[in-house]
Amino acid sequence: MSTSTTLEQFMEGIWKQNPTFVMVLGMCPTLAVTTSAINALSMGAATLFVLVFSCWLISVMRNIIPKEVRIATYVVIIATFVTVVDYAIQAISLKLYDALGAFISLIVVNCIILGRAEAHASKNTPLNAMLNATGVGIGFIIGLLSLGVVREVLGAGKLFGVSLFGANFQPWVVMVLPPGGFFVLGCWLLIFAAWERRKQKKESTQ
Amino acid sequence: MNDVSAFQLFIGVILANNFVLATFLGLCPFLGVSGRLDSALPMGIATTFVILVASICAYGLNILLVMLNLEFLRLISYIVIIASAVQLVEMVLKKYSPTLFRALGIYLPLITTNCAVLYVAVNQTSNNFSFVQALSYALGGGIGFTLALVLMASVRERLQLSNVPTLVQGTALSLMLGGILSLCFMGFAGVGG
Repeated sequence: MSTSTTLEQFMEGIWKQNPTFVMVLGMCPTLAVTTSAINALSMGAATLFVLVFSCWLISVMRNIIPKEVRIATYVVIIATFVTVVDYAIQAISLKLYDALGAFISLIVVNCIILGRAEAHASKNTPLNAMLNATGVGIGFIIGLLSLGVVREVLGAGKLFGVSLFGANFQPWVVMVLPPGGFFVLGCWLLIFAAWERRKQKKESTQ
Repeated sequence: MNDVSAFQLFIGVILANNFVLATFLGLCPFLGVSGRLDSALPMGIATTFVILVASICAYGLNILLVMLNLEFLRLISYIVIIASAVQLVEMVLKKYSPTLFRALGIYLPLITTNCAVLYVAVNQTSNNFSFVQALSYALGGGIGFTLALVLMASVRERLQLSNVPTLVQGTALSLMLGGILSLCFMGFAGVGG
């Protein structure tokens, strides 16, 4: 792999292969913890940490791990880093720990991480793997934030806990409830689909 | 949470706290396998079975881990147990119902990464469920998952006959449907524990 593609690999995860909007992976945390922007951001950061470090370790060990038991090995490596994050968040902020709940443990079964491990980290050098993982992790944070911000603004009239519209604002409560998650993500996907279509139309007329 | 009766938990997790529509667990199969009714139902039943086996194993394992003061290994050992349980289900299905085994295909091993399974194991530990409570919670969760999957598959089968604009077809439409189903299930809020 030439050096010019290194940056491309990094950017790919953020935009062209965005895990939330393009690949539609890791749906469970995306919908469950994005009731507020701060929850979304911390969940994204925790996932980014696990993603980068497990991809790094898997990439370092890629020649030692026997092919037959690779998935099991990946899962154990990922679970190790998730345990680290789990205890770290518990120590840093108990309030955040309660807000994210079981979904911190559930990072283990996030398909984005296992997908990256299998598709990229097991075939590339540690540096490349980490870069790619960082890109995908940032892409995931963007996805989570774009849901968290919309849901918090509409559902609570706040952004990062700061009130936006004054006391007279009637919050659109359904947005922070489960159905809101489905609707907001559905709308985002619709917007991206419409945009993609316009781009294609433009290209075909030229 | 500990004084909730097992029956309350059972009903609550099927309707009010439905795994898919209220807690957002197991969305991948919910969006992926819900295209046709005859694959949604077996998938739901297989997942229910894995959840049950995993719950029982995790219960025993947790006692052992607490005894040995090894609580920090909980997550790692749970995921290994779940992977083994899925393997077990795969072997049983292959032996007794090869047709079903082929129909489920790739989705069977993917039950390992279904968050509902791990959630049940983690949740019963953090809430200190008794064995009966844990069992009814796991069974109810599985039934709720199957219910959501079957409802979704039925709606989507109907939608194939109607004229949907091409723009909204695909995941966006499934998500909107999920939102509407989730709205309906909010009506059950307060039922059960």
